[in-house]
Amino acid sequence: MTHPILTKFYNRHKRTDLPEFRIGDTIRVQVKIKEGDKERLQAFEGTVIARKNTGMGETITVRKVSFGHGVERIFPLHAPVIDSISVVRTGRVRRAKLYYLRGLKGKAARLRERES
Amino acid sequence: MTQVFRPDGQVVPVTLVKAGPCVVVQRKTVTTDGYNAVQLGLLEFAKTSRTNKPMAGHLKKANAEGVKFLREIRLQPGDGDPKVGDKILVDQFKPKQMVDVTGVSKGRGYASLVKRHHFRGGPATHGSMFHRAPGSIGASSFPSRVFPGMRMAGHMGVQNVTVRNLEIVSIDPEDHVLAVKGAIPGPNGGYVIVRRAKKG
Repeated sequence: MTHPILTKFYNRHKRTDLPEFRIGDTIRVQVKIKEGDKERLQAFEGTVIARKNTGMGETITVRKVSFGHGVERIFPLHAPVIDSISVVRTGRVRRAKLYYLRGLKGKAARLRERES
Repeated sequence: MTQVFRPDGQVVPVTLVKAGPCVVVQRKTVTTDGYNAVQLGLLEFAKTSRTNKPMAGHLKKANAEGVKFLREIRLQPGDGDPKVGDKILVDQFKPKQMVDVTGVSKGRGYASLVKRHHFRGGPATHGSMFHRAPGSIGASSFPSRVFPGMRMAGHMGVQNVTVRNLEIVSIDPEDHVLAVKGAIPGPNGGYVIVRRAKKG
């Protein structure tokens, strides 16, 4: 069990502005990018295929197919580099880790929408 | 351990240390003891039923019922003049200050050379029959003995270890919690001494 002091520390430092999303959902992550002394936002849209670790070290892996190449980015969930996250589409899956999507292409790599 | 993010996005690994509340149980001075020191007692987690009468009498001078972890700490110039019964709290520290953390390291039992002295060991495969053995420990007929201090297998860990110059990342005076950058000696829940850094 997590120590109460550790839980309190986490509650104080965690991000509360992110929406709830699940594995298999397609999300749009707005990433802050620094160019010189300017900052701009870049969107990364893809499927959440894994959610790892707990507490402040929690990360998500987002996968998209860009010009025929699979691209995966791992984001620390509580990092200030993430400006915002929005859920684009939900996905019904039966696994916690969707690594099998890496071996699938095109129509086979689609996920069914979750009925709420 | 956990981690926090700096405003510029950098990750800082931190260890949370519950530092205090402590009480000055005894004050040693140059006139009475020949040196300047304080004896500090941790006020929390104390089992008063386990305090024997001599200890209870000793603690009574500081108006403390029971303490856990009693340690003497030498005073450095600029430490002020704490009196018996004074409370020592986390407000002694400031963020970005450097501290030294002393604790008893985790026990590794009887450990051999690769683990204990960072020997490289031999190749695992390709027909090698030399894996994690010590190798030569000296010449033969001369000197006909093994030199003292030769690094060998033995008990590892459960030693006093000090990690110097760790940065204080944040302070929570309410819970008496310090967040110190990096790792500190000992297991989770172990007792440590947090001091102002000796060397800048």
